[in-house]
Amino acid sequence: MTADNAHSPSEDGSTRRDFLYLTAAAFGAVGAGSVAWPFINQMNPAADTLAMSTTEVDLGPIEVGQSITVMWRGKPVFIRHRTPEEIAEAEAVDVSSLRDKETDKQRAEKPAWLVTVGVCTHLGCVPLGQKTGDAKGEYGGWFCPCHGSHYDTSGRIRKGPAPKNLAVPPYTFTTDTTIKIG
Amino acid sequence: MASGPRQKFDNPVIEWVDSRLPIFTLMNKEYGVFPTPRNFNYFWNFGAIAMVMLVTMIVTGITLAMHYNTSTAGAFDSVERIMRDVNSGWLIRYLHMNGASFFFIAVYIHIFRGMYYGSYKKPRELLWMLGVLIFLLMMATAFMGYVLPWGQMSFWGATVITNLFSAIPLVGDSIVTFLWGGFSVDNPTLTRFFALHYLLPFVIVGVVFLHVWALHVTGSNNPLGIDVKGPQDTLPFHPYYTMKDMFGILVFLIVYVAFVFFMPNALGHPDNYIPANPMVTPAHIVPEWYFLPFYAILRAITFDIGIPFTDIVFIEAKLGGVLAMFGSIAMLFILPFLDTHPIRSATFRPWYRIALFGFVVVFLILGVCGSKPAEGFWVPLSQLCTLLYFAFFVVAIPFFNKKEPVAELPPSIHQAVLTSQPVAAE
Ligand code: HEM
Ligand code: FES
Repeated sequence: MTADNAHSPSEDGSTRRDFLYLTAAAFGAVGAGSVAWPFINQMNPAADTLAMSTTEVDLGPIEVGQSITVMWRGKPVFIRHRTPEEIAEAEAVDVSSLRDKETDKQRAEKPAWLVTVGVCTHLGCVPLGQKTGDAKGEYGGWFCPCHGSHYDTSGRIRKGPAPKNLAVPPYTFTTDTTIKIG
Repeated sequence: MASGPRQKFDNPVIEWVDSRLPIFTLMNKEYGVFPTPRNFNYFWNFGAIAMVMLVTMIVTGITLAMHYNTSTAGAFDSVERIMRDVNSGWLIRYLHMNGASFFFIAVYIHIFRGMYYGSYKKPRELLWMLGVLIFLLMMATAFMGYVLPWGQMSFWGATVITNLFSAIPLVGDSIVTFLWGGFSVDNPTLTRFFALHYLLPFVIVGVVFLHVWALHVTGSNNPLGIDVKGPQDTLPFHPYYTMKDMFGILVFLIVYVAFVFFMPNALGHPDNYIPANPMVTPAHIVPEWYFLPFYAILRAITFDIGIPFTDIVFIEAKLGGVLAMFGSIAMLFILPFLDTHPIRSATFRPWYRIALFGFVVVFLILGVCGSKPAEGFWVPLSQLCTLLYFAFFVVAIPFFNKKEPVAELPPSIHQAVLTSQPVAAE
């Protein structure tokens, strides 16, 4: 019996040789995977790219009704000093009618200041609406010319192919008139 | 490869090499005496033409890379320097830029040839699928190449196309960050695109090798779509088809260099001569012409797919567009298994022939739609054409499998050629 142990089947028909094959394959797979991982993970953002990811903005000079665009992580961020009408409009919307249901309160920490990432959630174009002469779309916020998405004065998607509202980046008020994005 | 007795070469040097590594025997077998159907028409030139274009792209690409600067700060200027200061740089760049277009022209005609004459059918299914794989790799290569000059269209094309992956549920955003190596298309993205743009053409060379290998196992199809029955149906590849291919290649190259010398920017977009600006999107983003039909399919899905009159959505419009676009190429991939009609050549399949011409027209209209802004009348037109595109594969072809009459075929290639039946006329 001892001599032929490797080949003699146990009760369920498997042999020791089968076990060795499986363990060898499993070790091989884990080994190959752990070697492959660094070569895959190198594609993710590097430490210095991550380190550059905060931006400070002085809100002082921005008049009511004015918008500015700043760079954060290589993307435009829209900061709009909203007028009372714009705020009222954004707050009056029936949330259940929205594609991406968010109240204006959830999106703007201080109602006067709306901070959003200026990247259309469809395929990443920069929507129009920051400059005075720009088309602002049917809801008075922003309009993305690439495939026609309309955003309201809270940066929420109202019409067109984009699935989500303009993202609100993480930001904190460091003083009453400065914010740190990121 | 070394099986069987080897014929000796007269030249002693060739004989010395060949007896140790029978590479000359191999070349002679595959490209010298290789038996080839005697009734090829000019559609059969485009494989060889595509091969010439692939070599052209590699030679011009490597020479461009000697002067190209892979950084967002330097890329645009280095391409302008190639155009103005590098010796013959303008020529090499225009050859590369227009070469991509002409490579796609050759491959589109080559694919049409395969569809018209049923070259994808048994026993050439794998040969065809390797071809579709080459087409996919070419699209990836050309897409990344177009990013390299770092103009406005480079940047925004890259942004829109990489953002497609964000449509994937749950992991979409992480995948996009992974592709970018950051939080937007930026320096890390450009660098990796260059690395891959350099690599992929050589992967294509590898797949082309498999493609030709598979071809030489089954032998070529021909305009009649009937099997070769014996030596009277074939000619040795050399000199008959080496000459005919050479002629076709020269005619094709004349058109190509006419573009290079006289209208080098006709196929490109002027906005790509504006340096990339992440803060300003061009009014109208269009990809290179050879992507337009697929871009139109992508944009045609403007509606969510779910249960009507409820909020329940299974597939968001954005994901739907991406699925439709990749699906349109998947259709080509599985074509050999969709079409089970016993006759290959459309010459003997009047129904399929009409449908195929309709398909080509639909594909061209989609190309026009892709170049227009996604507004007004262009949206329903792209939707209709997208529907027809898929209907060709999943409605028309299965219908023909069942209903299209099986015509009587000529008994053999040489009889068809010698009795010059109208169908055999080239
Ligand atoms: C399948 C073969 C290839 C295709 C389809 C292709 C396609 C393209 C395209 C469309 C461009 C943009 C041209 C422009 O608008 O300026 C480009 C640029 C470039 N390609 Fe390729 N390419 C191929 C092979 C290669 C190879 C093998 C190299 C070698 C490194 C290379 C190096 C470059 C460089 C350095 C540029 C940037 C300079 C420029 O924009 O002219 N390419 N390629
Ligand atoms: S990217 Fe804005 S609508 Fe498509």
